[in-house]
Amino acid sequence: MPDGQAIIQPVLAADRISKSFGAVPVLFSISMEIRPGEVHALIGENGAGKSTLMKILSGFHAPTSGQILLNGRGVALPANGEAENLGIVLIHQELNLAEQMTVEENVFLGREITKRGVLNRAEMRNQVQAYLDDIGLEISPGDRISSLSMAQKQMVEIIKAISRDARVLIMDEPTAVLTQAETELFFNQVERLKEKGVAIVFVSHKLSEIKRISDRVTVLRDGHWIATSEADDLTPDAMAQLMVGRELSDLYPPMSEADVDAEHILEVENLVAPSVRKVSFQLRKGEILGFFGLIGSGRTAVFEAVCGLEPIQSGTLRFDGQDFRPKSVVDARDVGLAYLTKDRKEKGLLLGQKMRPNLTLFALPKFTTKFGLDKVSEENALERAKRRFDIRARDPQVDVGDLSGGNQQKLLLAKIMESDPRVLIIDEPTRGIDVGTKQQIYHFIAALAAEGVSIVVISSEMPEIIGMSHRVVVMREGEITGVLTGDEINEAEIVRYAAGLKKGPDQ
Amino acid sequence: MTELSTPASKPNRGFFLDLKAAGPFVALTILVIIGYLLNPAFLSEGNLTNLLTRSAFIGVIAVGATFVITAGGIDLSVGSMAAVISGVMIIVMNSALETFGGGLTTVLIGCGCSIILGLGAGLINGLLTTKGKIEAFIVTLGTMGIFRSLVTYFADGGTLSLDFAIRGTYRPVYYGSVFGLPVPVWVFIFVAICGWLLMNRTAFGRYCTAIGSNESVAKYSAIKVERIKTLTYVIQGFCVSLATIVYVPRLGSASASTGVLWELEAIAAVIIGGTVLKGGYGRIGGTIIGALILTTIGNILNFTDLISNYLNGTMQGLIIIVAVWLQRGEWGRRKPPTP
Repeated sequence: MPDGQAIIQPVLAADRISKSFGAVPVLFSISMEIRPGEVHALIGENGAGKSTLMKILSGFHAPTSGQILLNGRGVALPANGEAENLGIVLIHQELNLAEQMTVEENVFLGREITKRGVLNRAEMRNQVQAYLDDIGLEISPGDRISSLSMAQKQMVEIIKAISRDARVLIMDEPTAVLTQAETELFFNQVERLKEKGVAIVFVSHKLSEIKRISDRVTVLRDGHWIATSEADDLTPDAMAQLMVGRELSDLYPPMSEADVDAEHILEVENLVAPSVRKVSFQLRKGEILGFFGLIGSGRTAVFEAVCGLEPIQSGTLRFDGQDFRPKSVVDARDVGLAYLTKDRKEKGLLLGQKMRPNLTLFALPKFTTKFGLDKVSEENALERAKRRFDIRARDPQVDVGDLSGGNQQKLLLAKIMESDPRVLIIDEPTRGIDVGTKQQIYHFIAALAAEGVSIVVISSEMPEIIGMSHRVVVMREGEITGVLTGDEINEAEIVRYAAGLKKGPDQ
Repeated sequence: MTELSTPASKPNRGFFLDLKAAGPFVALTILVIIGYLLNPAFLSEGNLTNLLTRSAFIGVIAVGATFVITAGGIDLSVGSMAAVISGVMIIVMNSALETFGGGLTTVLIGCGCSIILGLGAGLINGLLTTKGKIEAFIVTLGTMGIFRSLVTYFADGGTLSLDFAIRGTYRPVYYGSVFGLPVPVWVFIFVAICGWLLMNRTAFGRYCTAIGSNESVAKYSAIKVERIKTLTYVIQGFCVSLATIVYVPRLGSASASTGVLWELEAIAAVIIGGTVLKGGYGRIGGTIIGALILTTIGNILNFTDLISNYLNGTMQGLIIIVAVWLQRGEWGRRKPPTP
């Protein structure tokens, strides 16, 4: 590994780690050193192998080959999070707290302090209070987790880790769900941990944050180690270049010229719905409109209301010039408006069923005759969809839950497209799928737009929004803060609107 | 694409699934053989028609229950519902006797009343579950108590008896035969075929399965989840009313003990047949076999002195537990690693 001489003994190191799931290799001989008191950022695109590497470093997965070195000595980390006892703590993106229990109970879960067999609540309470004071977090040890904000929950996780004498803290996108102010608080905490000599590994997609907080950066791409360097030597652009490994234009299809005179197919005026405050925008025929915003900004909520999934409180919608007020998804589907959920496992596909019933479920009336379901035409549709969207399954009778994420996503797209929508809303089109499939999905989207389908792409991946959209709508706290076109569509500008630093003139 | 490189790995999976699907049928065959060995009279024509007729009540109700359970619900009220419908039917027919006489009209009025009550009771269960957003278990536990106490109230703690003037007209619905098969068996066959078609050949059946598998997915897939779920309870109510129509002429009476534990037998038939209790997978064919298995056990115990007839419930209980245990055991199926 061409990394400089390790002056400081690394606390945790990966030595030529490879990992395969079944016959599918995901990591190829990765080496990485984590030094005490450093913030080490791990970056790469979705599917680059970051999560797998983190799970191997924390013992949740065993490497297929290679070894983990703890304080210079090879160890086999115990499975199921027991590496915590060795001082290695992984904080998952979906936090691991018992929602109905209190802060104090969570922090001491599994290692409660007892006195003569009875819980010593006072002692635990005092300790937790001390940690809370230390962090400057204004919650009480007796608060229930379910009553806390995301950022507070994250802090509780960190306290939990600190209270276990964590020497290595591995965090999966800790700032993804935090607001600007919460992120500041979080970074202060990270600085303090650093001073105490705790090593911190963290994954983030926010390159400017990484530039700010981390000491070193390791880049992964498609399961390969690409580079490890001092954060000071890298600009965010250079990081992106290393992550993608090619010009971004390769990933995204050439964009068709937006027809600025095209008619509006969808007009939304002063829409008010749960988590949506007075939103207005227009979508033109054949346009790809990007929707960006941080988590909780109301991007998804807008379209759940537009597609009849959530009640509309006030405002007007026009579809193709006609007033339109969907009472259910059926109404939306029948005018030609389809929403592709970001949560394909919970809301998109029936994981325990085969591909055919999944494909036709959304547009099932199309597959019925007077005598019931037309299985022949369903079967034909499946063959067509497999060809059109390149869905690959070694066994046509496989349960959809056993397909890869990429194939699931393609099947979900195919399912929604069975209704022949004129407006397609895709929420997080490429969440959790590999780069190759990602590229395919982008091409499908571009091809659909070229056929005249109007598309809304909701995404929290900035490059995706920038690479795909004709115009970009930025949301914050349930409101639209800006609509960007042409040269305005760049990372810095979008972030300004998303963070609330800038607001469009008409918003 | 990486996913292509995984070789076909589960060659024997289809075989196991088939065995699973055929399980209830195999069990029934074994029971029939045991019955024959214990007493050859088991396979006599008289006993077989008796067995089928007895299965008809539970069978018809269980077909309805298959829809409810497949869509992720449960209906505990069917036994009490049958009792209250029987009671009201008898009261209505007895009072219609003066105006319309003991002929067909009165019986038809009674049947019409039964169907209306069945559909209505199902609708109430369905709406309370979907619009009221109360768990099906709670709703139907409540209506179960209500229906049961209503029939006791109507009968004033005793028994409601159908007037003898009507019994003669109504009697063939239970005791009569068409083409050598008793009427209840024809009703059973009719309901089974309709149920099978509805479950396997229509969008409605597909929707039930989808809702039972994952309600969110169903909602996002433009399925009117509440309407479909309510309809499953209405179908259940309709099945109960059909079963009651066939049942009333058998004894010509209704009391607080009518239809006791039918809900459990119906649910048992559904589960033995391979339908998954938490929803998402329903098999009408299996339900029919399940109903036959339950009746056959009781019938065999009647034929032999080896085990006391009083242990009928024990045998049924064991069969249910074994059936579910066999379904649960995913022999030879390994979960593929999920990266």
